[in-house]
Amino acid sequence: MAEVSLQNISKSFGESEAVRNLTLTIRDGEFVVLLGPTGAGKTTTLRLIAGLERPDKGRVTIGGQDMAGAAPAGRDVAFVFQQYSLYPHLTVYENLAFPLRSPARRLSTDEIGRRVREVAKMVRIDHKLENRSTRLSGGEMQRVAIGRALVRKPSIYLMDEPLSSLDAKLRGELRLELKRIQSELGSTLLYVTHDQIEAMTMADRIGILNDGELIQLGTPRDIYSNPVNLHVAARLGQPHINLIPEGLVPGGQPPKGTKTIGARTEHLEIHAGNGNANAEIDWIEHLGDQSHLHMRIAGHKLVTLANPYVPVMPGDKITLMLKDPLYFGSDGQRLV
Amino acid sequence: MAEIRIENLRKQFADFTAVQDSSFTVGDGEFLALLGPSGCGKTTTLRMIAGLELPTSGKIYLDGEDVTFNRARERDIAFVFQLFALYPHMNVRKNIGFPLLSQGVPKAEIKARVEETAKLLQITHILEKSVSGLAGGDRQRVALGRAIVRRPKCFLMDEPLGTLDAEFREVMVHELRELHNRIHATTVYVTHDQHEAMAMADKIAVMNHGIIEQFGTPQEIYNRPASMYVADFIGSPPMNFLKFSAGLQKGTRSVSVDGVDIALPEVRQDMAVGELALGVRPEHIRFNDNSALRGSVYGAEYLGTNQIVAIETGKGLLKARVSADRTFRIGETVGLELDSEKLSLFDCASGRAVKSSLYTEARHG
Repeated sequence: MAEVSLQNISKSFGESEAVRNLTLTIRDGEFVVLLGPTGAGKTTTLRLIAGLERPDKGRVTIGGQDMAGAAPAGRDVAFVFQQYSLYPHLTVYENLAFPLRSPARRLSTDEIGRRVREVAKMVRIDHKLENRSTRLSGGEMQRVAIGRALVRKPSIYLMDEPLSSLDAKLRGELRLELKRIQSELGSTLLYVTHDQIEAMTMADRIGILNDGELIQLGTPRDIYSNPVNLHVAARLGQPHINLIPEGLVPGGQPPKGTKTIGARTEHLEIHAGNGNANAEIDWIEHLGDQSHLHMRIAGHKLVTLANPYVPVMPGDKITLMLKDPLYFGSDGQRLV
Repeated sequence: MAEIRIENLRKQFADFTAVQDSSFTVGDGEFLALLGPSGCGKTTTLRMIAGLELPTSGKIYLDGEDVTFNRARERDIAFVFQLFALYPHMNVRKNIGFPLLSQGVPKAEIKARVEETAKLLQITHILEKSVSGLAGGDRQRVALGRAIVRRPKCFLMDEPLGTLDAEFREVMVHELRELHNRIHATTVYVTHDQHEAMAMADKIAVMNHGIIEQFGTPQEIYNRPASMYVADFIGSPPMNFLKFSAGLQKGTRSVSVDGVDIALPEVRQDMAVGELALGVRPEHIRFNDNSALRGSVYGAEYLGTNQIVAIETGKGLLKARVSADRTFRIGETVGLELDSEKLSLFDCASGRAVKSSLYTEARHG
């Protein structure tokens, strides 16, 4: 495993600038997730590290070594793609062993067997080693694809939305497993996704990408609690952060120049109306473990999480107050 | 608007029974979600209500009228499919008005109804725009407008949000429900996504292998699942099961799981010795160092306001939803306390819930 560093990387495809002056260091043993919508430059960043694309400007180093001119095969990276690409005619065992059979590696059959079994157990596919890869469910195939990257011990794992084709339940299970495996192995891992839950739950640090630029880099708690601008604030959190004009809801101490207030559940206090109500419960979304209260205040809609046993009804008048919310200026930047 | 009543509905395709003996009623103005995995019979049920499939046996009543064998177009139903197709060469106004035009509605009335529909969907400002230039959300709204403008007796929707990305789906879930709150049209909505069903529906029918496993409000289904299948299908993460072997007598108020006594709602039936599963929702697990039920932290998933902590125990991996304030170390030993009043108990052989005070009393208020 190794530290991987991007310095002032830019890459354009024709007129469109996919990555713009990107500087990012993934520390040895760190799990970094790049989060952004389609077209933000996530996949291009992975491909630049893997050597599948060449930067127009800037430097990629792996373990301190400049990768300029190094072919993909010479970079010691393992790539996991969104669509699992297994060898259909081979068993699970052979698929996992394949990267180890490269003549350059000169591993003994015993050594290969030991590594394959170790990894198969890790990704929980050890009971199906002799199955043809085509006889597996989607989730099992993706576990084999991840396993095939893990049998090698590269400098860095590069993963491009590897869980996005799976159903919600399996995705939840594999998230936990992948994080667990990465921390057990101490691997360096760069993972890209548009799914905020994956980023929040797995990353040591999240990088928020937008239009080819890295907007903010920090721990999930840091990005969630201290977003640098409106864009970042809106990327994380369920329900979506409430973005409301200054002056709409009382409470808080907006600094000079505040235009927009960002209020998550933890920034809102709700009290029973008692004559000085300023808001009304519009409707309640019962999600079982918790409820989303949809509220209306002077024509604006707000949503907040609530305990499912909280005694409110649609139509109830309430008093809504702010409690240390986030403040943003007219340029969308955070004001502290 | 209308009530939809289904009686003993059954659909057989050669050897395969897609829907077995389903009976339920969707009240006037109610929003029902038919929820289940692919192949459970939910779409077949919807297609029979629409008249796109004929039942093998059973009856379908629309507003009291037997429509079981009526043609689809005689049913006054709007069917919204997964992929919304708009006429690319027409503007928004013409797309929405088209169903009325083909019914021969007078021009002035078409204009009034299109405008009323656009107002309802908050798309008045794009009425004259071409649909080809519209963003995804507006396209969906136009497609909905085309269904609403006919003022059908009910809406049938087959995974209309299935192809959208997660973030946008959440926005549309809220919009659809708010639209329902405004027009109160009887709606049957098919989905495999439990979150969509919980968020939008007044009633949910959870289906499995052609059978309705449970029919009830989202809260009933979540808090008092009738079977292990339902308990596992609903919730994210789903209900945890702690399996153990025991017999039960009426009046039992605690069980012993691996030598740890766990209090639970009073059992209301006798059960011979067999395998049982204690069901506990993630948010009903609390950390308590003094508890005899112990485990070690396997992983923690931070979600902002709260977090999911996975704990390895003698009964397998349990997931707890707790506040995000506390941080956990992997491998740390923790004590777990379960919220006794909210536990379910299941018979593993049949998968059905064991009767208890939670299930019986709650129903009467």
